[in-house]
Amino acid sequence: MYRYDEFDHAFVSARVEQFKDQVERRLAGELTEDQFRPLRLMNGVYLQLHAYMLRVAIPYGTLSSRQMRKLAHIARTYDRGYGHFTTRQNLQYNWPALKDMPKVLDELAEVEMHALQTSGNCIRNVTADHFAGAAADEVADPRPYAEILRQWSSMHPEFSYLPRKFKIAVTGAERDRAAIQVHDIGLHLKKNAAGEIGFAVYVGGGQGRTPMVAKKIRDFLPVEDLLTYTTAIMRVYNLNGRRDNKYKARIKILVHETGTEELTRQVETEWLALKNSDLKLPQTDVDAIDSYFRPPHLPQRPEGWSALASARKADHVFAAWVDQNVTPHKNPDYGVVTISLKPIGGIPGDATDAQMDLVADIAEQFSQDEIRVSHEQNLILPHVAIADLRIVYDLLLTDSLATANAGLITDIISCPGLDYCALATARSIPVAQRISERFADPARQADIGELKLKISGCINACGHHHVGHIGILGVEKKGEELYQISLGGSGDEVCTIGDITGRGFSSEEIVDAIETIVDRYLEIRTDKEETFLAAYRRLGAAPFKDALYSEAADAA
Amino acid sequence: MSVKVLTANRLTDGEAVWLGANGEWLDHIDGALVARHAEAAAALEEAGKVAIKSNLVIDVNVIDVEERGEHLYPIRLRERIRQLGPTVRLDLGKQAEKPAANAA
Repeated sequence: MYRYDEFDHAFVSARVEQFKDQVERRLAGELTEDQFRPLRLMNGVYLQLHAYMLRVAIPYGTLSSRQMRKLAHIARTYDRGYGHFTTRQNLQYNWPALKDMPKVLDELAEVEMHALQTSGNCIRNVTADHFAGAAADEVADPRPYAEILRQWSSMHPEFSYLPRKFKIAVTGAERDRAAIQVHDIGLHLKKNAAGEIGFAVYVGGGQGRTPMVAKKIRDFLPVEDLLTYTTAIMRVYNLNGRRDNKYKARIKILVHETGTEELTRQVETEWLALKNSDLKLPQTDVDAIDSYFRPPHLPQRPEGWSALASARKADHVFAAWVDQNVTPHKNPDYGVVTISLKPIGGIPGDATDAQMDLVADIAEQFSQDEIRVSHEQNLILPHVAIADLRIVYDLLLTDSLATANAGLITDIISCPGLDYCALATARSIPVAQRISERFADPARQADIGELKLKISGCINACGHHHVGHIGILGVEKKGEELYQISLGGSGDEVCTIGDITGRGFSSEEIVDAIETIVDRYLEIRTDKEETFLAAYRRLGAAPFKDALYSEAADAA
Repeated sequence: MSVKVLTANRLTDGEAVWLGANGEWLDHIDGALVARHAEAAAALEEAGKVAIKSNLVIDVNVIDVEERGEHLYPIRLRERIRQLGPTVRLDLGKQAEKPAANAA
């Protein structure tokens, strides 16, 4: 893992001291809210419905056990004993007092963490594949490049007041688990014909009120050009992005209005002037960062295979968990474990302080002291020996962390919605809970197979509903919550924005409507191998609309 | 009939509060100063502007409520959730402090 150097420590400490002073001046009345608001936002402090919210950055979703224990400690000491892992691989505390914020930031700094750039019109926390450095299908680890981007973008003087927020995601495998095509910049780390590492560069993706799939503007960018090219993109955006209308200020609108070809031309022109500047990455610098992310030494543990076979045979629930929540590792004696934060009927992404401590303990003993946060609001143990799966499973079971549903219909992404969020227009968590309960039966979930269901409580789409195989958007209509369904979205390498089915459904109707869609899928799929998304892509929306609305008409 | 009250979040901890008849900010909506006609509502708006300058509260808003017996019932679900706490965590927020009607 990356370790702070002296510069990093001094930088974060200085920012904490600065914010401590700003909080004191605010509480003393020396700063008005209008003056203070942009300052607190730069430090990840929002105001929600019931209290302040602190959004802690988890760069590229990577945590050590020590850091996770600190997050647990903060939840226990300054909050209400839990935290919420988000679709940005961050953690949100829902109840901290303003007066405690400097102390919380001090505590975070002790473990090389902070809340900088988790809000505001700047380059936000850089996200990455949550299986980075472990997945069997990985070409190269995306985290060193995410770290380079983090260092470069932190308090970048030129890019701290962009037209709007800016999100960068990096993936290092053909299978895109980081949803790079719905980010402002998406970087796909790959090898060219000569075996060199570089990036395919995507620009202008995003969700929100105007969802768009990013456009590929370069098929292969050498690693040494990562910062020069990114800077060129940022400059074109910073200069031409619309500042007159908040809703048209993201780079996706600039790309759309300028045209991909013209925008690419502008970026390439800007890049020509930068290409050989100081921003060109020397290989020694890349190697220095890369050295922090070298794969851990994993002893051969071949005995695990026979032990696993016996354990699977003896316990079909454990076998189901292995099938669903363990993904192939680069080392065949190991697996990548997804810890579901989606217990049946639970709140997606929430973890108690005790659960965080437990995960930290397990990671320390069984996963090389490494934990990941996925944008799907789960936690990952990236390096677990097959031989240790049973004991890890048993430990997870002790605190409701062994739900075998990764990638299934109850593994629902949900934003906090109107239960917490000041921007929300409808609740999303209760809908997620009711759907989870409706589809609780493991056999039914297994029969349905892979199905990504994502719920947002407002048009800002923090719950990624646009790229849900089934997406749900909650809105307020005539004072009531109304839920709009979209189908066929996908955030992976074949990225698509879901199609809205038609009129929305009330809170009472929405779970039945989802069940109607799922039942129709089961009727029309060619066989069990055809996933929901594949069936939708083959047949389109018609059979689902027919099921949804003719049934509604029949019921009426 | 819909009437209006003034609500905000407390500066120090962000907790939802309502302006009481005595000019104090209350932790619970019952007891809030009720504006029953346009002039009174305008006075609440003015009180809101003053409140922002006082540095005790932030995010000050006039909201619609109904008088139901001795209780005030916010018209919008958003305000009912602010009044009580998250509907998915009944152990948290104001609802955990005193018995109250379900927000939904």
